[in-house]
Amino acid sequence: MNKPQLSLAVDFSDEQAMLLDTATEFFRDKSPITYVREQLTTEIGFEQSLWREMVALGWLGLAVPESYGGSGLGLAEAVTLAEPIGRCLFNSPFQSCQMAVQALLAGGNEQQRGRWLPRLAEGSIASVAVIERAGDWSLLRPECNGIREGERIVLSGVKTFAVDARVAELIIVSIDFEGAPALVLLENAVLPEGALTREVVIDETRRSFRLDLDGIEVIDTDLILSHAALAALTAIRDTALLLITAEACGGTAGVLDIVVAYLNTRTQFGRKIGGYQALKHPTVDILIGLERARSHLYHAASVLGDTQHAEVALRMAKAHGSDAFAYAGDRAIQFHGAFGFTYECDAQLFLRRALWCQYQFGDALHHRKHLAGLLF
Amino acid sequence: MNELDEFRAEVVAWLTENRPPEPDFLLPESFMEVGSDSQFHYLRDWQQQVYEAGYLGMAWPKEYGGGGREQVYQDIVTAEMARLNVPFMTNTIGLNWAGPLILAIGTEDEKQRYIQKILSAEEIWCQGFSEPDNGSDLGNAQTKAVRDGDEYVINGSKIWTSLGSYAKHMILLARTDFAAENKYAGLSYFLAPMDVPGVRVQPIQKLTGEYGFTQTFFEDARIPASCLMGTEGQGWQIAMSTLTFERGAAGGQAGGLSMVVVGVADVVELARHAMRDGQPAIEDPHIRDELVKFLIEEQGDRLCESRSRVTALCSERPGSIALSGKLRGTELRRRLCQFAISLQGANGALWVGDRDAVAGGKWQRSYLNAFSATIGGGTSQVQANIVGERVLGLPKG
Repeated sequence: MNKPQLSLAVDFSDEQAMLLDTATEFFRDKSPITYVREQLTTEIGFEQSLWREMVALGWLGLAVPESYGGSGLGLAEAVTLAEPIGRCLFNSPFQSCQMAVQALLAGGNEQQRGRWLPRLAEGSIASVAVIERAGDWSLLRPECNGIREGERIVLSGVKTFAVDARVAELIIVSIDFEGAPALVLLENAVLPEGALTREVVIDETRRSFRLDLDGIEVIDTDLILSHAALAALTAIRDTALLLITAEACGGTAGVLDIVVAYLNTRTQFGRKIGGYQALKHPTVDILIGLERARSHLYHAASVLGDTQHAEVALRMAKAHGSDAFAYAGDRAIQFHGAFGFTYECDAQLFLRRALWCQYQFGDALHHRKHLAGLLF
Repeated sequence: MNELDEFRAEVVAWLTENRPPEPDFLLPESFMEVGSDSQFHYLRDWQQQVYEAGYLGMAWPKEYGGGGREQVYQDIVTAEMARLNVPFMTNTIGLNWAGPLILAIGTEDEKQRYIQKILSAEEIWCQGFSEPDNGSDLGNAQTKAVRDGDEYVINGSKIWTSLGSYAKHMILLARTDFAAENKYAGLSYFLAPMDVPGVRVQPIQKLTGEYGFTQTFFEDARIPASCLMGTEGQGWQIAMSTLTFERGAAGGQAGGLSMVVVGVADVVELARHAMRDGQPAIEDPHIRDELVKFLIEEQGDRLCESRSRVTALCSERPGSIALSGKLRGTELRRRLCQFAISLQGANGALWVGDRDAVAGGKWQRSYLNAFSATIGGGTSQVQANIVGERVLGLPKG
């Protein structure tokens, strides 16, 4: 008998509860749907003054240790922000910055941490560039590379999905270096003209960039190598899985609100359409998807540091959470009827973000494949 | 080793030593499925043995036959029974619903009269709530109870009575006042004897071919007026508190395993032994993916239980997890059984009694029996309406 023993822990501190309340209110106030729509066409996709408010609240230093100027909490606290962010379709470099912080904590040396973490805690922006044009979710096979030429290392290749790279001071880039994955801490300031080009992405609230590395030169102190690089890549993946799932849970709750409101107002054939079981029952399925997803999410946040359970919990949470969000978005369009087919209907904003969430850092099928290997 | 660990070791030793030998028939998986005398006697003897060893009703008061100990001891026994997969306690309605109800609101006489024999399985209990014309609409019960001197005269019929053929008592919901201001106010609650003239029990054959339920007919059946629980008109309220015991929400149950616990892990085991193209099914990527999907869903439900204990994570829709629990759990079980059959290849078409049936055909039987939970106690469709209306605030249809 080899029954998989899964942890059932769901821990949630008073501090997390307080953060969740504050953040829920903050993003509801600051990111109403009118704000979200205004930002669709702006250059950077968010209001700088809002970012400064988030910084002032200490949210960017939440997971940064106190010795580097942060508040010494962790990713489990970041989840309580990411969920309301998703609910209000807010866009900001929050997620990218959290990935960078965790990468530095897991793989950066003392000098690298000391240089970047205090700045990130104060609101400097970072981005990670770990995906390439083939779209493979495996982070361990970068084809971009670095060739040593004396003191310098010359980079080549193209990275994709460098989210918020335009406004980032730091871009953490994965490359192949001397036959193994490595990370480069690349300063935006050294990028040649035209290295970053905006991608056209399905979620129009996002700002994502293609990064052309050809000819860019870095030096040894910019690199994270071997075991440290693997640890940093794992940290990036885990952070992404957790925060994307949080965002998906928030998004599911947000689009469920829209569906319920519409089903309670729209009248057809002389009655509110929410009375029809053909619409009511799938709406309950959305709710059930959300309840399970939130349970997976806060469980994953509870076992982050536990090597026995964390990977299973994170992959399960992402697999279930992003599909639940996509289902909710898909049904939301359908239930709005002809209006749902228009750009004006807000359901499309949620569906398009759901698709983004699904295809960032592995969809459900991908994670289930890895889970099978972990579980049996 | 602390005291609880020692106790656990003692329990494990006793259960291992005393578990009854495998019978030569397929055992039922819950009290609702007890369909033959041999199954019933086997299970009743086992419950009696467990009680006599002191492992049942451990936290119930000593003066009524319980153990007078802390709940934690009973919880250990129940958990070990599940882990060691020993047969379940068949007097479920008595142990988990009627018993705790009597202990909570019953009179001293009722406690003295009923509790110990519930534990020993000497007296089996059944439930008379549903009626042929009032399945999900319990409040509309039409079975009549008319006071006549120091008796009530009962007329009407109850249906889907599990253990009806073996029960000595029934918790009975009947209408004492047809002129009450609303349908709920006319109901009363009885601890009714089954062995009186005018009570007739007719077994119902299930889709499995077995007999697991009965229909109970009352034709001028006279029961003592002292069988009334509380006062006339309190029936609905008492029935609702019975349901909180039934759902396990109130605690206070006698404990002991009440059904065979089946999970995805059991189906994973099945997949290790089933064959596909000369390989164990567990190596087939499609089957692996299906198993992981089931695991994610099952784990999601278990984690919902964990999360429901964290108020701050349930504040927006506090009733959501509890109200959707039956819908989630029973539908998952039904689909899991379907999948377990599909793993058996050609043998999926065998049935209980065939010598080559996988695990005696228990998955096939489980699948057909799974409908008792997706239909009984409010069908999944009614459950979805309840969740949609009460949790999401959607309009009634």
